[in-house]
Amino acid sequence: MATLVRRFGDIELAEEAVQEAFVEAVRRWPEAGIPPSPAGWIITTAKNRAIDRLRRESIRQERHEQAHQLVGEDESAEIEIVDDDQLRLIFTCCHPALAPEAQVALTLRLIGGLQTPEIARAFLTSESTMAQRLVRAKRKIKNANIPYRIPSDAELPNRLRPVLSVVYLIFNEGYVATSGPELARVDLALEAIRLARLLRDLMPDEPEAAGLLALMLLNESRRKARTDSEGCLVTLRDQDRSTWDRELIREGHEVVRGCIRRNQPGPYQLQAAIAAVHADAGSADETDWDQIVTIYDQLSVMAPTPVVRLNRAIAIAETGDVEGALNILDGLDLDGYHLYHATYADLLERLGRIEDAADSYARALDLTTNEAERAHLERREQRARGGA
Amino acid sequence: MSQYLLSVYYVEGEETPTADEIEVIYADVDTLNKKMMDRGTWVFGGGLHTPENATVVRAEGGEILTTDGPFPEAKEQIGGFWVIEAKDLDEALDWAGQATVACRGPVEVRPFQDEEGA
Repeated sequence: MATLVRRFGDIELAEEAVQEAFVEAVRRWPEAGIPPSPAGWIITTAKNRAIDRLRRESIRQERHEQAHQLVGEDESAEIEIVDDDQLRLIFTCCHPALAPEAQVALTLRLIGGLQTPEIARAFLTSESTMAQRLVRAKRKIKNANIPYRIPSDAELPNRLRPVLSVVYLIFNEGYVATSGPELARVDLALEAIRLARLLRDLMPDEPEAAGLLALMLLNESRRKARTDSEGCLVTLRDQDRSTWDRELIREGHEVVRGCIRRNQPGPYQLQAAIAAVHADAGSADETDWDQIVTIYDQLSVMAPTPVVRLNRAIAIAETGDVEGALNILDGLDLDGYHLYHATYADLLERLGRIEDAADSYARALDLTTNEAERAHLERREQRARGGA
Repeated sequence: MSQYLLSVYYVEGEETPTADEIEVIYADVDTLNKKMMDRGTWVFGGGLHTPENATVVRAEGGEILTTDGPFPEAKEQIGGFWVIEAKDLDEALDWAGQATVACRGPVEVRPFQDEEGA
């Protein structure tokens, strides 16, 4: 066990060895069988990683078939180990000895399988900054000997908080991919939901873990409606609600109700409640925006971030106070955030300031990397320029 | 097993403990030391005299220069330290948690490089 723990510190070595070890292992196993556990650590990890990758890359049935082929009929227990290993890995990546940005970056890299440039974009930082962050974090895990384990019951509440925020970030990367033509990278979103379920099962008394799950389920329920048949972005206002996944909504509502009963509100639970209000509305016009603003008022106290204030402003605009919403935006420092400028443009359009709106759309486009979002904003800009 | 340096810091100019408080601190640290020794955690440790008692020696231009210390100009100074042996950082952090309570000051936990230079 000690060897395993100390050797795990060699994340970098393991990463580099995965490819080679994988090929080597596949060659070896049919002849030599599984090597004895401690000695063949890198091979074991590579094997777990390979199984892990198989699980992510193909549908469940295919995954199990391929894994069985690699591992052999009598080694099916290995597949269950992967779940526990994922949990150990995520708690290690989110260890409090690591800086918060490092926790998120490491989890996205090692659990989410994102590449460094993609992670950099999700954080609005440069690739070299992100690469440095990852290198330093891996080095610290190794040098300080951060152990590869699931925290004890006593430690769990404090150790869960950074894990939840990381899982949510992974979901958001899947929900709106920061690059490429697809609006959503579905497997990342489902991976995040899977992790959230695991965490919720592990900590059934932690309402924020449930809140996060509910939030993601309700957001995910709208996936089909977010893009039209040509892959173009459809805003919440215009979505065909008949395509919303009723089962996800049902489950999301159920989890939200459980959270309300516990009456220990937290940021994720409140955001889930907002999503539940949207899910309740049969059409955009039926949305109870006053209720949403009320929940945002609570959320702004718990999580007074610029993005929360931006989203609250959007809700305020929907209740009819577009000027008030614009005033809120003027007070926010979100110049590097494309949705800030897109929102600004939308509000300007509603106030008839079409030329200014076009300029804001252009500014938003400068910052938008997802191609489906770009296409949507380009259309908006062109429409604004045409009308000016 | 890994070795860690647990350095206790204090800030110069901040309120210093009274004589009574110092006695309690010594007693608490003593208790912790015994616990560490019992568990095979203790390698070495002790309290340091205050920074005015320090001397700095450095090699410069072929000469050995000796000056009045301390080395860092900062207000934060080391008051004492432990060298412990722990199976991983979590165990070291657990000891550091007890140390910071006993010493009434922040404790920095820094891993030693392995002898193999790994």
